[in-house]
Amino acid sequence: MRKFDTKVQHLKYKVLREVARHAWDDSLYDKILDIPSIISPGKTPTMRCCVYKERAILTERVKLAMGGDKSNPNVIEVIDIACDECPAAGYEVTDSCRGCLAHRCEDVCKRGAITFDQYHVAHIDKSKCVECGQCAKVCPFSAIANRKRPCQNACKVKAISINSNNAAHIDNSKCISCGACVYQCPWGAISEKSFILDVIATLKASKSGNNKVYAVVAPTISSQFTYAKLGQVITGLKELGFHTVIEAALGADMVALSESKELVEKGFLTSSCCPAFVMYIQKTFPELVPFISHNPSPMTAISEHIKKMDPTAKVVFIGPCTAKKMEFQLDSVKPFVDSVITFEELQALFDSKGVDITELDEGVLDNASYFGRIFARCGGLSDAVTEALKEQGIEDFVLKAFACDGIEECRTALLKKSKNVLDANFIEGMACVGGCIGGAGCLTHGEKNKSEVDKYGREALEKTILDATSVLNM
Amino acid sequence: MKVTICIGSSCHLKGSRQVVESLQKLVADNKLEDKVELSGTFCIGKCQQGVCVNVDDEFFSVSPETVNEFFNTQILAKV
Repeated sequence: MRKFDTKVQHLKYKVLREVARHAWDDSLYDKILDIPSIISPGKTPTMRCCVYKERAILTERVKLAMGGDKSNPNVIEVIDIACDECPAAGYEVTDSCRGCLAHRCEDVCKRGAITFDQYHVAHIDKSKCVECGQCAKVCPFSAIANRKRPCQNACKVKAISINSNNAAHIDNSKCISCGACVYQCPWGAISEKSFILDVIATLKASKSGNNKVYAVVAPTISSQFTYAKLGQVITGLKELGFHTVIEAALGADMVALSESKELVEKGFLTSSCCPAFVMYIQKTFPELVPFISHNPSPMTAISEHIKKMDPTAKVVFIGPCTAKKMEFQLDSVKPFVDSVITFEELQALFDSKGVDITELDEGVLDNASYFGRIFARCGGLSDAVTEALKEQGIEDFVLKAFACDGIEECRTALLKKSKNVLDANFIEGMACVGGCIGGAGCLTHGEKNKSEVDKYGREALEKTILDATSVLNM
Repeated sequence: MKVTICIGSSCHLKGSRQVVESLQKLVADNKLEDKVELSGTFCIGKCQQGVCVNVDDEFFSVSPETVNEFFNTQILAKV
């Protein structure tokens, strides 16, 4: 049974599971200091130089599992002592340089930064090098390597720098909380805050009180928990104490309808479903903010509807996304969504309560249409808007969608729009590569995820957006 | 009179959309909009007996096949 992509995720999971286990039985404050040595027992280190450093880092992970640094508004945080201060020298000539005759590196370098020693081995003059990487590309021996920190490499908005302690530092004015660095740091030194304690408290309170807790699950769930059936995950959520489980994809159906109308009215729009993409526009292309769709995200749309039906409801969104942890704290979203956790955290919640989902009966999950469900992968939102235009009989508007996944593609589209050279009237922006299925809070990322989402889409009972949303019009 | 129809997953798969559409039409045909308030809910907690419908606080199990009879006996006869 493989639950995670990496051992970093597994370690994070173990901390979350232990914290949750003690939170359920109200023993967290008695046991909190024991958690690091439960996870890193004995005297032999397995991850770092000594068990004491391992435990010191685990203490920081426990803090994050309990909500992290309240004075930092960002949900993404660096654990300074866990940062291994990876080499960050940029382009360097390695031992593989054979001192060849061709010297393609020298010819291609426009800055004259390449010199040779007495053995004809290349060297890069850092005072001249601009890190363009051309020398590395042309070397026939692949002898020039780019030593860049994995976190900085992952961060396409360039929010990560190196501080005076040589540790990674996140610039909150640039960070969009997409979690790419969280997933890519090989040391697990960047992590996201967890709100599992809030969720456990809400679930416990609902047992004795009247507030029902609703789980809203992102359609990406169809590609997760692959060791069990989706129906078993649904039953597992109810075992945890959730009153019922509702597809965020039904919110996506609602968004597709209203977004298509807004698009026709305004003539040009960017999507607003992905909170990291929205933050990216706000922070990097402020002049394009007026073009962001005024629609709430699918999470917010369905949660608002749930609270309209049941004003005492508590809503927890469960998805693949770290940026949703920022979105639910916005003033416009706060009244509707009470908390956000990821699939990683849900796995920890299951195991903290001893819920083995593979042993459970299969529940059902069916609220949305095919089109709402495919929002989870790049291109799905554009397909849904096309369908919504068709279903509403809007024939004189031709949708020209530019679906981009990954911040680099989003940047290209937004840059073109800002220069008025974009040949499209709709930008579908997803910060993660592949769309939500590439989210940092996924348990696993794989080639099959897209086809799993499409398959789940086709299994929906309702074949049209209007049919799926009709029951909401009461 | 408040009629609450469950539109949660389990009831949805058993035809709650058809039940909702039928009730909306029957209420309109009989001009009961002022007297009968139709509303939805996600899960009443009796998934085995879906489609779950509450008339005020009384529970009924309805299906697309029985919705006409349900309307006549429990709504039309009682408003």
